[in-house]
Amino acid sequence: MSNPENLRASATFPLHVINEIHRAADQGIYEIRGFGAKRRVPSFDDLLFLGASISRYPLEGYRERCATNVTLGNRHAKKPIELAIPITIAGMSFGALGANAKESLGRAATAMGTSTTTGDGGMTEEERQSSKTLVYQVLPSRYGLNPDDLRRADALEVVIGQGAKPGGGGMLLGQKITERVAGMRDLPAGIDQRSACRHPDWTGPDDLEIKIQELREITDWQIPIYVKVGATRVGYDVALAVKAGADVIVLDGMQGGTAATQDVFIEHVGIPTLPAVRMAVDALQDLNMHRKVQLIVSGGIRTGADAAKALALGADAVSIGSAAMVALGCNRDVYADDYAAMQTRAGYCHHCHTGRCPVGVATQDPDLEARLRPEQGATWVRNYLTTMVLEMQTIARACGKSHVLNLEPEDLTALTLEAAAMARIPLAGTAWIPGINGQ
Amino acid sequence: MARFDLEKTSLRELNAWLHGQPDAHVAVLNPAGRHNIAVGVDAETDIDIEGHVGYYCAGMNKNARITVHGSAGPGVAENMMSGEVRISGNASQYAGASGHGGLLVIGGDASGRCGISMKGIDIVVAGNAGHMSAFMAQKGHLVICGDAGDYLGDSLYEAVIYVRGAMGLLGTDCIEKKMSPAHKETLAALLKAANLTHPVEEFRRFGSARTLYHFDIDNADTY
Repeated sequence: MSNPENLRASATFPLHVINEIHRAADQGIYEIRGFGAKRRVPSFDDLLFLGASISRYPLEGYRERCATNVTLGNRHAKKPIELAIPITIAGMSFGALGANAKESLGRAATAMGTSTTTGDGGMTEEERQSSKTLVYQVLPSRYGLNPDDLRRADALEVVIGQGAKPGGGGMLLGQKITERVAGMRDLPAGIDQRSACRHPDWTGPDDLEIKIQELREITDWQIPIYVKVGATRVGYDVALAVKAGADVIVLDGMQGGTAATQDVFIEHVGIPTLPAVRMAVDALQDLNMHRKVQLIVSGGIRTGADAAKALALGADAVSIGSAAMVALGCNRDVYADDYAAMQTRAGYCHHCHTGRCPVGVATQDPDLEARLRPEQGATWVRNYLTTMVLEMQTIARACGKSHVLNLEPEDLTALTLEAAAMARIPLAGTAWIPGINGQ
Repeated sequence: MARFDLEKTSLRELNAWLHGQPDAHVAVLNPAGRHNIAVGVDAETDIDIEGHVGYYCAGMNKNARITVHGSAGPGVAENMMSGEVRISGNASQYAGASGHGGLLVIGGDASGRCGISMKGIDIVVAGNAGHMSAFMAQKGHLVICGDAGDYLGDSLYEAVIYVRGAMGLLGTDCIEKKMSPAHKETLAALLKAANLTHPVEEFRRFGSARTLYHFDIDNADTY
């Protein structure tokens, strides 16, 4: 018998591919799961900052001020959004998340002076009460959408797509559809609830312009209107959203999370956040609208370094979804038996779609949800956001910036050819930007 | 009665005034196909719009009784919550889309996707309704006094559809169901509210077979 140490795995058929083919052969259906893309794609990890030296001087850490505030939506709205930090909480539905998770996020965002966002299924009272600044999503499903909530929102977000599944709708499986969730969505409890992939009453950019005007008229031009797109044809989408009247573009790269979608969709549709940011900024600059229409970037933002790199590439703010859930306890190494019951374990769980979230975040089960107390959840997310802000400021000061929004592409260098080409940042040690110059 | 001439007054002024404490009766003159007229109204008021309107007229209406003396563009009364919207002429695509409540009466024909994603609104179409009407309709009633286009009620949830005229192809998971006395009573009330006098016996009822309520791989070829 040959030495097991000499066994050679196939690059074409690695173990996870073999397992997936076996699963498909057994079940005859694609895998539906939560979380986000697990494949490696070019990302902010492939960029580094160039700290100050002789040619530039740094700011004193812990001493010299490095501001983090940002204004969003001052193109048309009478009441733009003023945030203390450029990190917002992304839209996640009540239904996918439990009420305690939504309340935790609202409390943390409020404590940090930033915004949180509703999701499919409408606005809950807990969320509105706990969130000083709440962005209300207008989604294709229109579940729970009503003019009263439009008017008590601080901004609206017309959702065209989502990074995890651009071009796709959603499916909240019946096990998460309690009486309360069903009531908010005007559907029977316990059935699978399809979220449409297209809006029911408009189809193209010219219609979108009229739809945005309608929302402005209903809200008396008081609050900003964001447009959220999943990253695909970013240049066109950003230009068309600007033309349609958006105050803010929310751009979600393929690393963005979802509560439930086909694995093949998560892993194979859309483009990474890294090139998407550059494409969006290019489109805004071409239109002379950069910084006039603000850009919020999401999809795989995990650290203050990620956020700082997005800002350096030209974003005005970032948004976190999956990372905020992790801060709430997602994949925390507790309740091992409950992970095992779903044939997974902490660090690998992507079972949001089952409603059996061991840590009480992505569930409607009262017993599981009780594991997440809003006070504790808010503390975790606040601590996490605080850490991210400190990390951003540390980097910005090292680059000599007195405001994190002063970070610029010239502060960055690329570790890989792919990142250099996608972000149009010179490859480290060279002045070479593939596709731009031949140096 | 207040009067707004949209040749002289801006849409913004009209809607802002309607969002305040409008008079009991309002007349809107020269709409000339403008979009977003009388959107987001939340008041017990009668609004008469004297002519054709563009997109989203009466969108998200609450409580108001809005009459369009002409035809309406796409998305009339979209996401309506309550009140009444009456169109004397035809309505373009997506009439009553995702409406949560209230009554929408279309005096002429409705184009495609009438009542798409409806969530409790009642819609009465005096004429014909186009393809894919009541697509993914969740709650409420759609009454079609004329003919129904193809794929009626595709992926229907709990909304109920009544059709008097000829039927096109039915949408996936939409089936004909028996008319009970309770259904006839409901239909009669809707026709009366729409000022229509058709006998309820001339209508057929359609609803969801509920086979798509849980994703089932055996249904894959129907999607």
